[in-house]
Amino acid sequence: MANTIVRVGMASCGLASGADSVYEELSKVLVGDENTILKKVGCIGLCSYEPLVEVEIEGKRTIYGYMTPELAKELVGSSLQPTSVLKEKIIYSDEETRAPENNRMAKQVRIVLRNCGIIDPEKIDEAISRGAYEAFSKAVKEMSPDEVIDEVYRSGLRGRGGAGFPTGLKWKFTRQAKGEPKYVICNADEGDPGAFMDRSVLEGDPHAVIEGMAICAYAVGASHGYIYCRAEYPLAIKRLNIALDQARERGFLGDNVFGSGFNFDIEIKEGAGAFVCGEETALIASIEGKRGMPRPRPPFPAESGVWGKPTNINNVETYANVPWIIRHGASEFSRFGTEKSKGTKVFALAGKVAKGGLIEIPMGMPIREVIYDIGGGIADGKEIKAVQMGGPSGGCIPSWLLDTPVDYESITATGAIMGSGGMIVLDETSCVVDVAKFFLNFTQRESCGKCPFCRIGTKRMLEILERISNGEGKMEDLDLLYELALQVKEGSLCGLGQTAPNPVLTTLKYFREEYETHVKDKKCPAKVCPSLIRYTINTDLCIGCTRCARICPVGAISGKVKEPHEIDDAKCVRCGQCKQTCPVSAIFVD
Amino acid sequence: MLSTKQDDEQALQNIIETFRGKKGITISLLSKIQESYGYLPQEVLSKVAKELDIPEASLYGVATFYAMFRFKPLGKYTIKLCRGTACHVQGSLLIAQEVMRHLGISEGETTDDGLFTLELVACLGCCSLAPVMMVGEDVYGRLTPDRAVKVLDGYRTNKRGEGNNG
Ligand SMILES: Cc1cc2nc3c(=O)[nH]c(=O)nc-3n(C[C@H](O)[C@H](O)[C@H](O)COP(=O)(O)O)c2cc1C
Ligand code: SF4
Ligand code: SF4
Ligand code: FES
Ligand code: FES
Repeated sequence: MANTIVRVGMASCGLASGADSVYEELSKVLVGDENTILKKVGCIGLCSYEPLVEVEIEGKRTIYGYMTPELAKELVGSSLQPTSVLKEKIIYSDEETRAPENNRMAKQVRIVLRNCGIIDPEKIDEAISRGAYEAFSKAVKEMSPDEVIDEVYRSGLRGRGGAGFPTGLKWKFTRQAKGEPKYVICNADEGDPGAFMDRSVLEGDPHAVIEGMAICAYAVGASHGYIYCRAEYPLAIKRLNIALDQARERGFLGDNVFGSGFNFDIEIKEGAGAFVCGEETALIASIEGKRGMPRPRPPFPAESGVWGKPTNINNVETYANVPWIIRHGASEFSRFGTEKSKGTKVFALAGKVAKGGLIEIPMGMPIREVIYDIGGGIADGKEIKAVQMGGPSGGCIPSWLLDTPVDYESITATGAIMGSGGMIVLDETSCVVDVAKFFLNFTQRESCGKCPFCRIGTKRMLEILERISNGEGKMEDLDLLYELALQVKEGSLCGLGQTAPNPVLTTLKYFREEYETHVKDKKCPAKVCPSLIRYTINTDLCIGCTRCARICPVGAISGKVKEPHEIDDAKCVRCGQCKQTCPVSAIFVD
Repeated sequence: MLSTKQDDEQALQNIIETFRGKKGITISLLSKIQESYGYLPQEVLSKVAKELDIPEASLYGVATFYAMFRFKPLGKYTIKLCRGTACHVQGSLLIAQEVMRHLGISEGETTDDGLFTLELVACLGCCSLAPVMMVGEDVYGRLTPDRAVKVLDGYRTNKRGEGNNG
């Protein structure tokens, strides 16, 4: 029996950082070693240290960061014990108490991510050895559908796709709805442009989602399931297909599951790149092969969903919680979190944070703790300005509200939303007008066009933001922007339009001064808005090294060797590269 | 990859048969065609519409709604430049602008030599390496405008992987 496992994180960021060459080297040098199993695993969560190698010896784990093929060879050469060079690369250890990321791991609770980064997602036996499909078996063999629904309801689980609707209640509605057959859908559209939580779960532990759907199908009385996954996630789709095949082979899917007479199978539907298709009614239209346009609710999908039949739709992360709840019990789950927000939430922590990555925290943790204790604070010791949560439907929570706990109600009270799990940290070099513009540009393009307020209102709002960031804004524009925002919120049919103004509203609320500086002083304090900044060379400091002139993409810099250089402002496109490249910091931006 | 001209009739016929008589197939059908041809050729759409008795207009209605579908062939390498939130706050717009300037194309276009097609996409799932772009299957992180251009030039001279921050 092999008692040593070596895992290499092979999710997208691992691959981008060269994990495959580390894996290759390990597989070369470990050849013939029967005591050691080498595994390709999904996101380990410590994304900023990629490539990552984890060594588990008799249950004790050590994680090495910034690995290279040479270091991998050294690791094997020392019988998987850290040499002095390797000691420096340890970022987490069950034994070494001072490893830099121990605290980060200790603060997290892994329910959804229980197997991510631990199992090889293409091998069902690895999932099963960690308890996969036990909950499903328990549900079908020992519990009635109503008991399953009751358990989920009592756990306090709420939808992780954004709105936070109680999952048990939704299941109950679908169970009670009249009409056959019933359907369950997994929403794997993950439209928030700064988020990759669902993708990491699908790629790292597809069986968790499949099992959650199967339990749901048993509970609501459905026989057919769809996973609506964006086509931009080819690896997730591949892994899902493998997992579905393996689950069918083992009899977890198909006819007469566990000899109980319960029939259920799942089909993958590919989304084709429209944000609005994450909205449930649009998603259903898209599954039916139509243009993904939302329709008014009620009727809710629970009553009339895909093909007009009762349909339960939940998010990836919501489903991934379910097997854990059935296995460990509602009360075990509701130990984590606050009164109204139970369990954990997965976040993709990114932006100007020192150590981003995929994290799972118990609900109720203050944002400050997430950013400082888990994320290691702000990169380069700069000042934090705000945290963006909820992507295009969410908002910016300013630094003075960082003690806000992460739960549905508290986040909503700030004007942002919990959202699906994007958490982007902004520092003093991020401009809030620019961020608002970024999201509005996104929603404006993604509006399906059905509602005039959403279609035209967001466009008008974007035009105003553009004026402001170009230094052509007037003070009246700020009021107009605010009014339009309220109108778009009121006058839109679906969540896209109803929430699209949130990034603008929250930044106006907390950072009105910064908007005013853009309008009145024609300045961008964060030095981001191109029309409001200007690059200049201080001729006293310039040593005439010509580096800036060589890197400038538009030839805006002139000067002779060893003589002061000059920027032609009319040509300059504000790319900022000259400033970065100047060896004596002679280039300034105002 | 199939071409519209040669003896790929049978392959197309196979695609048509897989979908005959099924409901809710439009998106899967279009993806299958795009997968096979690299884009949605007009003559193929007409033929499929006729054979499966779907109004051509409804095929186009669906195809134009979703960002994924293309009506022109792709270049040899598809550049997927991330314009997700994390990449945006790390300056991805400047990189997009520089790449466009350098290649002389804008979003969705292909260079005259057929080498590159530029797509702006949302989150590629490696936000901690922001700003990020993919060229074909290779991912490049922690880009600066200058490095992005060097990476692309690497493909021109067939030295792929140049500048990969391994
Ligand atoms: C514009 C828009 C986009 C959405 N995108 C997603 C998405 O990408 N993923 C998701 O799970 N829910 C998304 N939702 C929420 C869904 O409509 C729905 O509420 C959710 O899938 C329900 O699952 P839950 O109860 O498990 O959260 C979106 C909603 C709107 C209005
Ligand atoms: S609110 Fe916007 S996206 Fe939603 S239905 Fe109306 S136009 Fe379409
Ligand atoms: S900011 Fe960019 S475009 Fe402007 S002078 Fe510097 S290098 Fe040239
Ligand atoms: S994707 Fe590599 S650790 Fe997260
Ligand atoms: S936002 Fe660019 S990789 Fe996530």
